[in-house]
Amino acid sequence: MKRHLISAADLTRDDAVLILDTAEEMARVADRPIKKLPTLRGRTVVNLFFEDSTRTRISFEAAEKRLSADVINFAAKGSSVSKGESLKDTAQTLEAMGVDAVVIRHGASGAPYRLATSGWIDAAVVNAGDGTHQHPTQALLDAFTMRRRLVGRDAGLGQDLAGRRITIVGDILHSRVARSNVDLLHTLGADVTLVAPPTLLPVGVGHWPCEVSYDLDAALPKSDAVMLLRVQRERMNAAFFPTEREYSRRYGLDGDRMAKMPEHAIVMHPGPMVRGMEITAEVADSGRCTAIEQVANGVHTRMAVLYLLLGGNEPAVTHARTEETK
Amino acid sequence: MSEPKKTLIRGAKVLGGEVRDVLIDGETIAEVGTGIEAGGAAVVEAAGSILLPGLVDLHTHLREPGREDSETVLTGTRAAASGGYTAVFAMANTFPVADTAGVVEQVWRLGREHGYCDVQPIGAVTVGLEGRKLAELGAMHDSAAAVTVFSDDGKCVDDAVIMRRALEYVKAFGGVVAQHAQEPRLTEGAQMNEGVVSAELGLGGWPAVAEESIIARDVLLAEHVGSRVHICHLSTAGSVAIVRWAKSRGIDVTAEVTPHHLLLTDELVRTYNPVYKVNPPLRTERDVLALREALADGTIDIVATDHAPHPHEDKDCEWAAAAMGMVGLETALSVVQHTMVDTGLLTWEGVADRMSFAPARIGRAEGHGRPVSAGEPANLTLLDPAYRGTVDPAGFASRSRNTPYEGRELPGRVTHTFLRGRATLMDGKLA
Ligand SMILES: [Zn+2]
Repeated sequence: MKRHLISAADLTRDDAVLILDTAEEMARVADRPIKKLPTLRGRTVVNLFFEDSTRTRISFEAAEKRLSADVINFAAKGSSVSKGESLKDTAQTLEAMGVDAVVIRHGASGAPYRLATSGWIDAAVVNAGDGTHQHPTQALLDAFTMRRRLVGRDAGLGQDLAGRRITIVGDILHSRVARSNVDLLHTLGADVTLVAPPTLLPVGVGHWPCEVSYDLDAALPKSDAVMLLRVQRERMNAAFFPTEREYSRRYGLDGDRMAKMPEHAIVMHPGPMVRGMEITAEVADSGRCTAIEQVANGVHTRMAVLYLLLGGNEPAVTHARTEETK
Repeated sequence: MSEPKKTLIRGAKVLGGEVRDVLIDGETIAEVGTGIEAGGAAVVEAAGSILLPGLVDLHTHLREPGREDSETVLTGTRAAASGGYTAVFAMANTFPVADTAGVVEQVWRLGREHGYCDVQPIGAVTVGLEGRKLAELGAMHDSAAAVTVFSDDGKCVDDAVIMRRALEYVKAFGGVVAQHAQEPRLTEGAQMNEGVVSAELGLGGWPAVAEESIIARDVLLAEHVGSRVHICHLSTAGSVAIVRWAKSRGIDVTAEVTPHHLLLTDELVRTYNPVYKVNPPLRTERDVLALREALADGTIDIVATDHAPHPHEDKDCEWAAAAMGMVGLETALSVVQHTMVDTGLLTWEGVADRMSFAPARIGRAEGHGRPVSAGEPANLTLLDPAYRGTVDPAGFASRSRNTPYEGRELPGRVTHTFLRGRATLMDGKLA
């Protein structure tokens, strides 16, 4: 694996499968009474959040603590991005403190890439979401969830998602989750279809390794998983679509629409779900919706990423497995 | 800076053509011929070099007054002399804005005092570049600076009525409105060219149509009111097509292209290195080729640098926070040689036209863009086209170093620049 995780596109198929397999091992640790591994003892990880995201921050923090890392949370929200010095200054402060890894969330696309490549810092960089660019650990946890549900928990080990059909619905234009998922799912061999009104698809989407459709009903019967993205109401005021009602009617997932999906197909949502617009309560609360599992899987997957980036070849996880079998 | 009264440039190819000796006496060219005796003149051996009329840049940002940490009239004109320029037009987006006779006279006078390059201020079209109320265009024209070019560059004059009035008003004194064509609503939050790369990088898109729709509107306005309009830094293939159509219709439009739009593409933005952040943004390969072709066939009249100096801290940050712009005065001729001459698209005579004669004519720069012949003002540039070297910003005269060409090999080097007979650059060193 590379030294940093900036984009889902940086991962080869083997990298991605290794992360998913490692995440399965991490999940086993979560089933034990003491959910902690000594793997990153003595290593310092900073969660550098320029943009609020309690969910993602807590998920990373849980993953870091389960690996016994020393964790520093740095909420840089409110610090000026307009002058632009804050990222570099903060990075250099962290560097001086001997930080081993930086998990960064930033409102500007490319900020993690810049942090990793500008020579400001030596630490490993994990992108926890940048602007409308990438959110690779989200894509990994989504793939992990799909593999468990569609291929199987143990049967899935070593497997990718070849031939699975995934439909992603909603605000693709502003979504780092969509970008990351298209990249990763393509690498894992899945067939991805994006569904959205044309205003919420980026110019240039035709070059992405996926299909594009404006018609949700046509895509549903052919989907093994349907991933719904959050559509912010503000987009309506910016004329991306006429009304909330019209959006729901054309692109929202309700019980009737869900019935058109194959029996085994799952409904995914990166959260937080706003019930009513993109998803009805009926769908959100059904057994097919994996939103809660995705949250749990996020911790396993992030543990796997941090372990592989920072733990190197130490046998912490294998060790845990033998312990378990004792 | 005492100079011999006479200089003999020996054996240069004038405009890339015939080998000639050129004798400068005082402020003017005394003689152009062969075998001219040096007499008491200082001699510049110029075999293999190209002699051009002093270059004229219709689009420079000097930052003084207000942002002297980026550039001053002194450092900017020293950069200009290093790049072979004898006249630059300074954009109005300073602090205060160059929207009164007082500010434009100050800038003009500083240029004269420093003596490296004539500075012709560009006046703002609207008060404070705010796009609402016409600035005192006539007063700026009547000032010592004799302003003839007006622009809100950095911002678009997007109100169609204000643009129409400005175009009409400057007819009274032969002025021209230089438009920064950028439809503001279509470019809200724009960070780079909208297309395949922006979709992947998740950066806000600056669509080509935001430039093209304003150009289309403005050439139609210029036609309707019978005025002259100049389009700044044209960057798309579609813009070329509109200007070509307008010229075929007899509309009095001129257009410029920057060196960086002749060479660089939006693929470079994949590095997220803000040195490539510029407005209008770097476009696609297809646009670059269309711009080169249009410059060659005269659809695009001139090369202008859009020299936009920024201090290190405004670029050493994440992309979204970075300032837009690149320095260009010191590398322009090399980029033009690389993209236009070495590719066979343009002769050196063509370069003289696009970088001296035509910009001087559009801006009515007195004494610049004149033929290299006896009796003309001795504004001259000598370059060695065989030179090969990598760009090292540490050697720049500009106060800022935000060049996209650092470490890149570019051909050609300006060795001498003469402003009214006096060497401002001699053997590659500033006087
Ligand atoms: Zn401009």
